[in-house]
Parts: sequence; structure tokens; C-alpha cells
Amino acid sequence: MAEMENGMRLWEVFVQPRTGKPHEHVGSVRATHAEMALQHARDVYARRGPVVSIWVVPTEAIYATKPGDEGPFFDPADNKPYRHPLFYKVPHGVKNI
Amino acid sequence: MKDEALLEVEFQARIDADEKIEPKDWMPERYRRQLIRMMSQHAHSEIVGMLPEGNWITRAPTLRRKMALLAKVQDEAGHGLYLYSATETLGVDRYQLIRDLLEGRAKYSNIFNYPTLTWADVGVIGWFVDGAAIVNQTMLAKTSYGPYSRAMIRICKEEAFHKRQGYEICVTLARGTPEQRRMLQDAINRWWWPTLMMFGPPDDQSPNSPELLRWKVKRKTNDELRQHFVNITVPQVLALGMTIPDPDLRYDEKTGNWLIGPIDWDEFWRVIRGHGPCNRERLQARRKAHEEGAWVREAVQAYARKRQQQAASTAAEVSHG
Repeated sequence: MAEMENGMRLWEVFVQPRTGKPHEHVGSVRATHAEMALQHARDVYARRGPVVSIWVVPTEAIYATKPGDEGPFFDPADNKPYRHPLFYKVPHGVKNI
Repeated sequence: MKDEALLEVEFQARIDADEKIEPKDWMPERYRRQLIRMMSQHAHSEIVGMLPEGNWITRAPTLRRKMALLAKVQDEAGHGLYLYSATETLGVDRYQLIRDLLEGRAKYSNIFNYPTLTWADVGVIGWFVDGAAIVNQTMLAKTSYGPYSRAMIRICKEEAFHKRQGYEICVTLARGTPEQRRMLQDAINRWWWPTLMMFGPPDDQSPNSPELLRWKVKRKTNDELRQHFVNITVPQVLALGMTIPDPDLRYDEKTGNWLIGPIDWDEFWRVIRGHGPCNRERLQARRKAHEEGAWVREAVQAYARKRQQQAASTAAEVSHG
């Protein structure tokens, strides 16, 4: 799917608007190689600022959870209340703890 | 494996709870097909939409106008690419979509099949056509399909300048010579009705609407969006001392709406079926651009092959070394 007869692979584009902010997925471009993907990503997703950094990643290199994983894969996070601060009791009136 | 009917019930429940649908989520095949149809038509419209205005880049009256128009037309290309990218998340290939356009199988917005006869047309397109597009796209920014919604949010942010630069051109002409004022009025007269048709057929003749509304692909009906556009645009026309080519137009105190006369839907269907003033010219221009770009695509592939060969020979040297 991502590999075309014309060699134009699909690349996912991530853009960082300012240093200190995370890179955020903005869309995709088609390109034969990484430098070309970066140039296309700049032209398509950074016509206006602010952008300080762009990542391009071949789409097939992303290994992701599936929507069906929602239950079994993420469930364990739901039954660990002791990971949250409110699980622990503190005497009334004690501050900054 | 859950059966289809149960999956559809769960899907509708997610939609009703205002959840967004993401590419890998289960979705009814028809939802996918409707989105591919809408989003690819939208992408094609952005691309074909470059042509009527591109016609005036070399003849813009000042450098300031020329820079603005160049930037606007470049934005339309970018918007087309956001939308092809978003459509590809539904499992179609953008090169197939582009082939469909070039081979005359795909639709795009009717509005771009009308000619741009004078400089005033450039102003009125930015104001009316982009204005109408913003009304539609602001609604689509809340669509239920995540990638479409995100593309629309980006597009809406960028399009506000398109509308204002168009209105600024019209303000300048409205304050100009009698000839410039006549030119502006003529452009308003020619673009008013085709712009109102951009919102699509009336609700009682729009077969796709109920389904699209139920799935929250669309959040408002064609007639609601059209009315909203009329309400915000009529005062802007009057502010320029211009008139609207509709003898039936009147303000309704009770609803606060500007009520328009009947729209010539025969013209709408005629243009959709390929008999508008510029249908053939637009497709020819797209095909010509595609053919004249062939050498670039070949060069890119030659470069990619060369890089692969170099990488292979470097690898061979390393393993022999």
C-alpha cells in the first residue's frame, strides 16, 4: 500500500511549533526518500510559522496498537489506584504533602 | 467476530456520544465510501480552484496584490495536499484519486467551472467563494472523522486571510472610478448565484444529507449553511454600496434572515454534468500541468535509483573490505 509503482512512499509528518513543545503529527507526504519527504513536509505543513523542527517517518515503520487492543492492552492501567496520589490518606489540616 | 449489525449500533453510539472516528476504527463500509467521495472531491476542488485565480497572477495591478494572490493560490495547493493525505487514511491511494480527476471520473466544486473575466473577479472570489468555503469548512472542522476534522482546522486557520484580501480588493474598487465600480458590480452579479449553489442542492433534493447528518460527517444541512452565508454576506455587499442580483431578496424581521429568491437549479445540474463555461478548459489545464511535470517525476525516480545503487555498492565494499 505505502510502496507505489512510482516509488513514492508514504511518510508521516510531525511538526514542533516551538522548542519545549512536543512534535505533533500533522499529516503525510509522498516522497522517494527522506530528504525529499522533509522538503515536501516543509512546503506543505510549514508555509506559516511557527515551526522549529520537522520529523518525517516512513508510515510502515510505525508499529501501533489496534483499536481492538483497548480492552486487554490498556486494562492493567485501570486497576492500579495506588499510582494516583489520592489513594493515600493524609491527616486533615496537613499542607503541602 | 461481532456481527455487522451490532458493530453498527456500537458505531452509532460512539457518534452520538460525539467521539471522533480514527482511521483504524471499525466503520460501516458506506461511511468510508461517503468520506472518500466527499474528501477527494474537496481535495480536487482545492487543486482545480487554483486555476481561475492563477489566471490573474501575472496581471495583478500591484506587487502587494501579486504577493497576496501568489500566497493564496499556493495555500490552495497545500490544502489539496492536506486533503489527499487525510483521504489516504481511508485506504485509498492519492495517485488513484488524481488519475480519477485527470481522466474525468471525479467531481470538484462547480464554482471553478466559471471564468474570471476581470480583476474584480479575483476580489469577489476571495470574498464570496472563500467566504462560502469557510462557512462549510467551519462546520466540517467538527466532522466525526478525525483526520478530516484535523485537516479542516488547519485549513480554516489559513483561509481567513483569503477572504479578507478579497474583500480589500472589492473595497478599493468600490471607492474607485465609476468604471471600477461597474466592474465590481458586474463581478458580484456573475458570482452571487453560483456561490449560493456551492452549498449543494436544497435539503429536500439532497439524497446523501440524512445519512451524513446521522453520522455527523456533516453537522448542518445545505440550506442552513446557505442561509448563514447569505445573512453574513448581504450586509457586506450593501456596505460597499453595491447591489445583489436578486429582485426577491428581503429581510425577514421575524427570523432575522435575509430571504433569497429561487435558485436556478437547472444551471447547477447543467454545470455538474460538464456543460459549464469552463469544465473542459479546467481539466485540460490540469492534464497539461501533469504532462509537463512528467520530467520532474522521471528525474526523481532516476535520482532514487541512483541512490539505491550507491547504497548497494557501498554496502558491497564494506562487506568485502
